[in-house]
Amino acid sequence: MTTVAARPEAASPKPVDVGRKKKPALTERSRHERRLGLSLSAPAFIVMIIVTAYPLIYAVVLSLYRYRLTDPQGKKFVGLSNYVTVLTDPIWWNDFVTTAVITIVSVVVELVLGFCFAWVMYRVIQGRSLVRTGILVPYGIITVVSAYIWRYAFQLDSGFVNQWLGMEDYNWFGGRWSSMFVIIMSEIWKTTPFISLLLLAGLVQVPMELQEAAEVDGATAWQRVYKVTLPNMKAAIMVALLFRTLDAWRIFDNPFVMTNGANNTETLSFLAYRQNVTLVNLGAGSAVSVLLFFTVVVIAFIFIKGFKTDLSQVRGDG
Amino acid sequence: MASRRTSSWWTVWGLLILVWAAFPLAWMVSLSFKDPNTFRSSTPTFLPKDWSWANYDSVFSDSLFTSALRNSFGISIIATTLSVVVAMFAAYAIARLDFPLKKVLLSMALAIAMFPQAALVGPLFDMWRRLGIYDTWIGLIIPYLTFALPLSIWTMSAFFRQIPWEMEQAAQVDGATQWQAFRKVIVPMAAPGVFTTAILTFFFCWNEFLLATSLTSTDKARTVPAALTFFTGQSQFQSPITSIMAASVVVTIPVVIIVLLFQRRIVAGLTSGAVKG
Repeated sequence: MTTVAARPEAASPKPVDVGRKKKPALTERSRHERRLGLSLSAPAFIVMIIVTAYPLIYAVVLSLYRYRLTDPQGKKFVGLSNYVTVLTDPIWWNDFVTTAVITIVSVVVELVLGFCFAWVMYRVIQGRSLVRTGILVPYGIITVVSAYIWRYAFQLDSGFVNQWLGMEDYNWFGGRWSSMFVIIMSEIWKTTPFISLLLLAGLVQVPMELQEAAEVDGATAWQRVYKVTLPNMKAAIMVALLFRTLDAWRIFDNPFVMTNGANNTETLSFLAYRQNVTLVNLGAGSAVSVLLFFTVVVIAFIFIKGFKTDLSQVRGDG
Repeated sequence: MASRRTSSWWTVWGLLILVWAAFPLAWMVSLSFKDPNTFRSSTPTFLPKDWSWANYDSVFSDSLFTSALRNSFGISIIATTLSVVVAMFAAYAIARLDFPLKKVLLSMALAIAMFPQAALVGPLFDMWRRLGIYDTWIGLIIPYLTFALPLSIWTMSAFFRQIPWEMEQAAQVDGATQWQAFRKVIVPMAAPGVFTTAILTFFFCWNEFLLATSLTSTDKARTVPAALTFFTGQSQFQSPITSIMAASVVVTIPVVIIVLLFQRRIVAGLTSGAVKG
């Protein structure tokens, strides 16, 4: 049921297949199997290529042109100058910092909070399914709705937060860091359930005997968590971390709804959206798109090679 | 191991998690019942001073919201169905068959799960305008179906691996073709996994905002998350806040119902695929 549990099954290939692969000529049956496999997965391949691979290549091509939809006649090949423009513009770096701060803070808080939630869900007996049901509501709620809920809670003329905290007329959306604080709150509320369920899946895989043996050996509760539970959950933690980091890095909905990018709270996805859709500046916008894609590749690479995140469990191909 | 006392402590912590999850929802509901003309104040309260249904009346009489609701349901349901069908074939092939490009398919799905959708809004915007599918249902269904595929493929192939495949072979021994064995024997056993995948995919489509706001421009295809950002008050002096909250309550109800009915399945599905769409 869980990724970790699925691994042994996935890792043990059918003996028949191994024998068959070594034969120089394919049997009728295996030829049929290959054909069936290819034709069953063909629709998935085609859709994924049309919607992502092709537009991405198109974006790379567009990024080499000066091209605005408002001035189609002015389309002109400019080489890499769009990239130079974007990378020398303080807006890109400002948005980069905003995205990085939101990503790091929310992922760290979510990881800690998510682990606590997973632990509670693992140990709680009365009302276990009630807790799991409750936690799924933020998971399922529309991100834009979550953004509005939090925005109006902090907004001066509608929100109760300042009254409750005795902060009078402090304007949360008046400055960069306080705006980001509210954005991060919404992000954390909405996505901690996801991370906590992934961690719960890892937690139930830790053998109970290990915990008990450590307890018999006199380990304190904290020692058991640090020395036994966490190391045994490493795979689940890394996978949760990778996907949440990339997800947070793409953040768009929350800043769009809460600040519309005011006070330097624009993120990289927001910048790509603004250049391409609002300003219809497809040349420079595509350069932003390609660079954004590149940052995601770098983050994935750091996790997979640097931290040795084992994705075979996620991919399910053993 | 757990004495009665520690067990009740865990219950307290469980309650705190429930409060944490429910409190913002309570705020949303409360705000949606405030009077749109008088709720703004220099000292706002959590609960309404005068409870009012006015916001619900106004959102349901506003074509911006009702057409968005129709678009959201239509697009999400069609995209979910298509995605689940396409992914079902692929997941069957992955869980069951030995074929070239299997690793490529899985890696591609992984790459798409990590893909920054914002990097595609420019090229898709341009392509969709040329193809004439900008601001149409199909223009949103195609990317939704694609971005939901990785989640669908993983979740279903994880479920499919647990199916006793000997039954399929037995059917084949009895003279059924591989296709017949798949349709008559496997599909009924695979149905729960397919259903769970459909729920998660539906959540993804229901929630999506970036593409919805980039690839639509009118009521024709604008979904609820995108429409919410276009709300205005009934007059230029009226704030849209309470109406937005009433609309938010309406679109959260399906989520709450699905969660209440299928909590177990959703948890199983989320932890089997280990990936969010």
